[in-house]
Amino acid sequence: MYPSTFTYYRAGSVQEALKLLVENPDAKLLAGGHSLIPAMKLRLATPSALIDISRIPELAGIRDAGDRIVIGAMTRYDDIRRSDLVQRVLPILPEAIDVIGDLQVRNMGTIGGSLAHADPAADLPAVVLALGAELKAVGPNGERTIPADQFFVDLFTTALQANEILTEIAIPKPPARTGMSYQKFANPASGYAVVGVAAVVPLGEDGKVSAVRVGVTGAGPYAVRRENVEQALVGKEPTAEAIEAASQLASEGMNFNSDIFASEEYRAHLTRVFTKRALTRAVERARG
Amino acid sequence: MAVTKLFGAAVKRREDPRLITGRGNFTDHVRLPGTLVMAIKRSPHAHARIVRIDTSKARAMRGVVAVYTGQDLADKLAPVPCAWLIPDSDLKVPPYRAVAVDKVRYVGDAVAVVVAENRYIAQDAVDAIDVEYEPLPAVVDQEKALEPGAPQLYDEVPNNLAFHWKLHAGDFDAAWNAAEVRLSRRLVNHRLIPTAMEPRGALAAFNPGTGELTIWCTSQNPHVHRLLLSAVTGLPETQIRVIATDVGGGFGSKIPMYAGEMIAAAISKELGRPIKWIETRQENYVATIHGRDHIQYVDIAAKRDGTITAVRVRAYANMGAYLSTAAPGVPTWLFGLMLQGAYAIPVVHCDVYGVLTNTTPTDAYRGAGRPEATYLLERMIDILARELGMDPTEIRRKNFIPKDKFPYTTPTGLQYDSGDYEATLDRALELVDYRTLRQQQAELRQRGRYIGIGFSTYVEVCGLAPSQAAGAMGFQGGLWESATVRVHPTGKVTVFTGSNPHGQGEETTFAQLVADELGVPFEDVEIVHGDTEMVPFGMGTYGSRSTAVGGAALVHACRKVKEKAQRIAAHLLEVSPEDLAFENGRFFVKGAPDRGMTFQEVALQAYLAWKLPRDIEPGLEATHFFDPVNNTFPFGCHICVVEVDPETGKVDFLEYVAVDDVGNVINPMIVDGQVHGGIAQGLAQAVYEFAAYDQNGQLLTASLMDYAIPKASMLPAFTVDRTVTPTPVNPMGVKGAGETGTIASTPAVVNAVIDALAPFGIEHIDMPLTPERIWRAVRERSA
Ligand SMILES: Cc1cc2nc3c(=O)[nH]c(=O)nc-3n(C[C@H](O)[C@H](O)[C@H](O)COP(=O)(O)OP(=O)(O)OC[C@H]3O[C@@H](n4cnc5c(N)ncnc54)[C@H](O)[C@@H]3O)c2cc1C
Repeated sequence: MYPSTFTYYRAGSVQEALKLLVENPDAKLLAGGHSLIPAMKLRLATPSALIDISRIPELAGIRDAGDRIVIGAMTRYDDIRRSDLVQRVLPILPEAIDVIGDLQVRNMGTIGGSLAHADPAADLPAVVLALGAELKAVGPNGERTIPADQFFVDLFTTALQANEILTEIAIPKPPARTGMSYQKFANPASGYAVVGVAAVVPLGEDGKVSAVRVGVTGAGPYAVRRENVEQALVGKEPTAEAIEAASQLASEGMNFNSDIFASEEYRAHLTRVFTKRALTRAVERARG
Repeated sequence: MAVTKLFGAAVKRREDPRLITGRGNFTDHVRLPGTLVMAIKRSPHAHARIVRIDTSKARAMRGVVAVYTGQDLADKLAPVPCAWLIPDSDLKVPPYRAVAVDKVRYVGDAVAVVVAENRYIAQDAVDAIDVEYEPLPAVVDQEKALEPGAPQLYDEVPNNLAFHWKLHAGDFDAAWNAAEVRLSRRLVNHRLIPTAMEPRGALAAFNPGTGELTIWCTSQNPHVHRLLLSAVTGLPETQIRVIATDVGGGFGSKIPMYAGEMIAAAISKELGRPIKWIETRQENYVATIHGRDHIQYVDIAAKRDGTITAVRVRAYANMGAYLSTAAPGVPTWLFGLMLQGAYAIPVVHCDVYGVLTNTTPTDAYRGAGRPEATYLLERMIDILARELGMDPTEIRRKNFIPKDKFPYTTPTGLQYDSGDYEATLDRALELVDYRTLRQQQAELRQRGRYIGIGFSTYVEVCGLAPSQAAGAMGFQGGLWESATVRVHPTGKVTVFTGSNPHGQGEETTFAQLVADELGVPFEDVEIVHGDTEMVPFGMGTYGSRSTAVGGAALVHACRKVKEKAQRIAAHLLEVSPEDLAFENGRFFVKGAPDRGMTFQEVALQAYLAWKLPRDIEPGLEATHFFDPVNNTFPFGCHICVVEVDPETGKVDFLEYVAVDDVGNVINPMIVDGQVHGGIAQGLAQAVYEFAAYDQNGQLLTASLMDYAIPKASMLPAFTVDRTVTPTPVNPMGVKGAGETGTIASTPAVVNAVIDALAPFGIEHIDMPLTPERIWRAVRERSA
């Protein structure tokens, strides 16, 4: 529980952070520290330096940008959870944040830290997939936007380059009559998701599913969208039978993790069950 | 009689303000100038030969003071002692080196030790030590370890069999042949990790000037540790002081003598400087004892009416890689003696095989042996009930030892002191409204919802004693307890107790006892424990014995003090002692209440000694060593109500009722707390907690990320009630409440889950009842 020696830098701006990254090639960015510091204490991570970006003012905060809501990468979980705007427009975020860790974790952890870390059992990756978010990153060569669908690449691996900083998460505002839900089966020891499923379901005037996005975390090495489930539902009346049938597809073509708590087979089963539960909840909410 | 009567009052715990505000005096809080930090390099292999250890890099690091290997320490420390030498069992105790010499035998076995200026450097140096191993095949399962061809841990322990212990009472074959119903099952009581909130640690300070060693350490039994430290270091007891005033939980894991504390003592002696060693949580998980890990083959003989006529058990206990201090007694005596439970079963046969494997050593963990026995019986009685189509309450009533049979001698030779088992069952049934609950269950099943009701009508053995029994069982120590009551000239009282509470609240309950006995204010009583220099001697706190044995010692000492005070008062009031009455802390002449003296006035006179008769010594103090004639036997009925989601296998707790009988209750709030914590721990064994090893002996649950200690949100609200059947064994009639919750709850929970799953035809699932295990069982039956 004693990390090896490292230097600590506190960056005042994104530019300064980028410069420090260039000067310290095996440095790590420090956000809320709630994934990184435990890994350092166990000496699973031994960076020579930490660049603290958690207090850069331009990286925190939530704003209404017309057709989208933009959340700074260093915005703390609890600030997101308590935002009126988020509660009104993106209630799946508070719902998911409520089941992340404990109070201390939610006070310190950041949305950007969680997404950049890409823990296979983290909650928010499924949520940003279901919301169709776009992630903005800044590097030495400037800015770029990465759709959530392309962001999670492998176990603890994202589309970010080592010298890039995730700065913003932009989430399109859902249309009227959209229901959303995050359903999680938590590991009793860690509290992380064994399987977590986020579903965002907009219904048309006719009550049929006009579009739907489903994100799954915990089950496999990285969070994935389940297009096959989505396609099975679009244009359909979201009856219990239709949801059940679509959910059966949730585990198809996926790689599953296996550990002492849940085997691959069981995770596949939970993926189907929690897809069904998330969709059912989302549809209930869409109907009001 | 004093009328203050704190006995029975829910006095708030006086230890809490300091503990809650972070002002406790735990081992790691003690700072001494010039302290060096020690860290241990541990084996990453479960079984390997040590080929070579290169410490040169570590030694060369700035801030590193010394590095030791097993070789370097071999002649400075005797092996880690085993002190429960169970007789007639062909027990083999292979040497347990504090730091391994040729071979490592479990992941976590110490291979080298670093002493450095601070913890960071110490950890860097540990990482810099290069150990070359020749890995050997490992065995982690006790049944596999006995098979021919299994990896052998020791040349001197053939087949890894450390002992074969037997307890045969009655003619099992006759009972089996005559039985109308015979049941045979295999049950697994899996491995657990105690996880005290404070990990283990020591600050050893040897003073080369005086030759004295003072060691602050995490101990449930400081005097026993002093004795053992003396044996392993060669320092006389008189030169060793062990201090363990605040200890952050133990659950048995801080009873044994461990390598870490021994090494710190030896190195401090060697270097003449204070040495601090504090375990990390990961070390705690691999290098502090584990509990349970008991595989049982059970045969039950019964009549068609549900009467159980015999029980036979063949059990395989996983002892881990070495025999820890009390380890051999736990899966044997503490298990086998209780195999009749609360029932009038006339025949008990028990064979226990203690097996060495490449795993962390096991030893006493909250309940120690009794949970294994209780789970086995309570599970089997439910299986039998279902076999016979009986209600689980009906079969229990049928077999209960009736209340007019106490004291009751069990076939295993125990004498149950007192009991009224049916009363606790009746009360618990009333509290859950059993009839309604069963109706509800039937209705819900119609709608595809599965609730289950589980029972556990347990009896356990507490107040571990007496010394004669300890001797007969091969326990290398007495099981009495001591107390010194010192009244100061102002009438304030200091108590020195050999018990060493570490969460049980005796600083409060003991003060309540003294206040009542001596008629002094509660605030005037100070309780001192956990320091061998202050307390004459003590056996320590474990086995729910502190109040029943340590508290009784205290009451006896108080009575000696009071008797002397009465003689002094009588002398000063010029009457004979029999003419005095004592009330509200005041002696007075019977029939002339105006003529009297307060206890405080007598205390002052005892110290002034101006007017004492020749045959009364000055001062007011007494010591009592209490060795009870028997154990105590708390009992009760726990009922758990769960709902199982067959789709995911998840268990939700709907209700939990505990009706315990722990004899008289000194402080109901503290007993409730003990029961709550106990239930949490036992319930967690049923559904959450388990230690897992892979085939190579890697501990897969080596952190709190993997080992599921329950959080409050994972537990139901507890309804706790009591009946009161005092014990005749001690003057207060108290039995002990430290382990009842843990012992009772595990089977109540498992029985509830299995009851919920009855419609699927599921009769048993081995613990832990994780969602996946339940889901698989349901799926198999539904297919
Ligand atoms: C007890 C506990 C329980 C937890 N339970 C849960 C849970 O139930 N569900 C869950 O989802 N999570 C859980 N977490 C993890 C928690 O949510 C973490 O806080 C989060 O995953 C990481 O966010 P952070 O801000 O703390 O990032 P940090 O730990 O500071 O950083 C994580 C990684 O991301 C990198 N990084 C950070 N910010 C950026 C950036 N802007 N650009 C590029 N790289 C960056 C860092 O260099 C580091 O490698 C738990 C953590 C703890 C300690």
